[in-house]
Amino acid sequence: MKLRFQRKYLCIPYFIFLILFVIIPILLIVYYAFTDSNGFFTFDALVNFFSSTNKLNVLLVSLLFGVLNTVICLIIGYPIAYILANKKYNSNYVIVMLFVMPMWINFVLRTGATRDVLSWIGLSGGEHPYLATMIGLVYNYLPFVILPLYSTMLKLDRSQIEAAIDLGCNRYQVFTKSIFPQSIPGVISAAMMVFMPTMSSYVIPDVLSEGKVILFGNSIYLNYSNYQWGDGSFMALIMLLIVVISMLVTRNFSEKDEGKASTW
Amino acid sequence: MVKKILAYSYIYIILFLMYVPILVLIAFSFTNSTYIGEWNGLSFDLYVNLFKDTEILVALGNTIIIALISSVVSTCLGTLGAIGAYYSKKRSRAIVENINQIPVVNSEIVIALSLTVMFVFLGNYIFKENIFSFWTLLIGHVILSVPFVYLNVKPKLSQMDPSLYEAALDLGCSPRIALRKVLVPQITPGIVSGFMLSITLSLDDFIVTAFTRGPGLLSGEANIETLSTLIQAKIKKGPIPMNMRPLTTIIFLVVLLAAIIVTIVKNKNKSKVKMRRGRVG
Repeated sequence: MKLRFQRKYLCIPYFIFLILFVIIPILLIVYYAFTDSNGFFTFDALVNFFSSTNKLNVLLVSLLFGVLNTVICLIIGYPIAYILANKKYNSNYVIVMLFVMPMWINFVLRTGATRDVLSWIGLSGGEHPYLATMIGLVYNYLPFVILPLYSTMLKLDRSQIEAAIDLGCNRYQVFTKSIFPQSIPGVISAAMMVFMPTMSSYVIPDVLSEGKVILFGNSIYLNYSNYQWGDGSFMALIMLLIVVISMLVTRNFSEKDEGKASTW
Repeated sequence: MVKKILAYSYIYIILFLMYVPILVLIAFSFTNSTYIGEWNGLSFDLYVNLFKDTEILVALGNTIIIALISSVVSTCLGTLGAIGAYYSKKRSRAIVENINQIPVVNSEIVIALSLTVMFVFLGNYIFKENIFSFWTLLIGHVILSVPFVYLNVKPKLSQMDPSLYEAALDLGCSPRIALRKVLVPQITPGIVSGFMLSITLSLDDFIVTAFTRGPGLLSGEANIETLSTLIQAKIKKGPIPMNMRPLTTIIFLVVLLAAIIVTIVKNKNKSKVKMRRGRVG
C-alpha cells in the first residue's frame, strides 16, 4: 500500500529531531545526576550539593543577582516602554529600534567593551566585582525587558485610563488601579526574560568580575570542565527545576509567545 | 510640555548610556593605542590591520557560515514542523508544542551541557571516536533557534484562510503543489521573521558553541572558532584586542543598516494595512 501524502506527516522530521536532541539529552542528564562513574545508582551528587556551603552559596548569590537584576531592569525599563508606547510622546518606531539594536551586536563583544570602559573610569571588576557584574547584567538585559513591556503597553486600554481620570483618580491611583494591572502580563514575561538567563549566565559575571563572582552558570561550567559530570548534571537539573517552577508560577499571568519571539 | 521634555531626556539619557561602551570602542578604532583611554592621534592603522588579521577573519567567516546554514536548517525544519503540527490531531499537536517549549524556556547552559553529555556518550559507546565537529555544532545551533521558527510560523497558520488550500485541491492541484503555491506564500512573513531571529540567535551564541564545537570549517584541524569564542578567549586574558575595534565599527554599521531596513519595511506594512482598512471601511 502506498502511503498517501498528508500534511501532518510534515511534522515527523521535526518531532524526531526534538526527541533526539531535546528529550534524550535531558534524560541523560538525569541519568548522570544519579549514577556514579561505574553506572550504579547513587545520591552522591545530591548529597554533595546540599552539604557544600560553597554550592549553596552560589545558588543564593545567583538567586539574589537574578532578583536584583530583574527589579532594576524593570524599574529602568518600565517608564521607557510606557513613554515609547504612548502616542502623546512618541509615534516613532525608530527609537524603539534604537533600544533593540544593541541585542544584535555580539554580546561577548559588548560585555568586553563594558568591562574595558568600566575599568577606564575606575570601576574595574578586580576591585568592585559585584558592582561591575550588576552593571554588565543590567546593560545586557535591559532591551529584553523593554521589548515585551512595550508590546503590552501598546495594547493598554486608553479609554479605561481616561475613565479613571474622569472619575477622579489622581495620578498615583491611575497608575496603581489602571495602568499597572493592565501591564502585568508584560511585566511577567519581561521578568521571565531576565531572571532565568541571569541566574545561568556565564560570560557576563566571568568577564566583568574577573572571575570573582560565580553564578550558577559559571558553577555548572566549572564542574563540567573539571569532568565532575555527576555534580554538573545535578546542578543542571536544579536549574531545570527552577525553570519549571517559575513557569508554573507565572503560567496564569503571561501572554504566550511574547518576548524573544516578538523581536522581529 | 515639561512632562514631554522630562520623558524625552530620560529616554535619551538611558539610550546614551546603553551605547557608551560600543561608541567608545568605535571612537578608539580611529587611533592606534593599545589601551582604551589613551589617544595616540587619528589613525586608520587598525582598519588596515583588521584585514590582515587571519585569526579574526577566520572567526568571522565561521560565524557567518554557521549562522546561515543553521538558520536555513532551522527554518525548514521548524516551518514543516509547524505546518505538520497545525494539521495534526489536537493531542499530538499538544505534545509537539510542549516539547517545543522546553528549549525556549530552558537556560542555554543546560541545553549546551545536555547536548554535550549526549555527544560524549554517543562518541564513547556507539561511534567509538570523538564525534565533536561542525555537525555537532550545527545541531546545537539548530536546537537553539528552531523553536522560535515554530513560534513565528504558528500564528501565521492560524491567521490564514483555510478555504484557499481546499479550493486549490478542488481546482486540481496535488497536495504538494497546493502546499507550495497556496499555503507557503500565506505564511511567508512568519517564515522570514523566524529565519531572521535564527540568524541573530546563532550570531550571538557563546555557550552552546563553546560546548558543542569540534574541529572543522575555516579553522581546519583546530576547534571551530567563532567571534564569540574568540573574543571570550581574548578578553579573559586582557583588554579587547585592538583589531576588534574596527570590526565593532563595521558590525555597528551593518546592524544600523539592518535596523533602518526593518523600520522601513514595518512602516510600509503599516501604511498598507491602513490603505486596505480604508478601502474596506
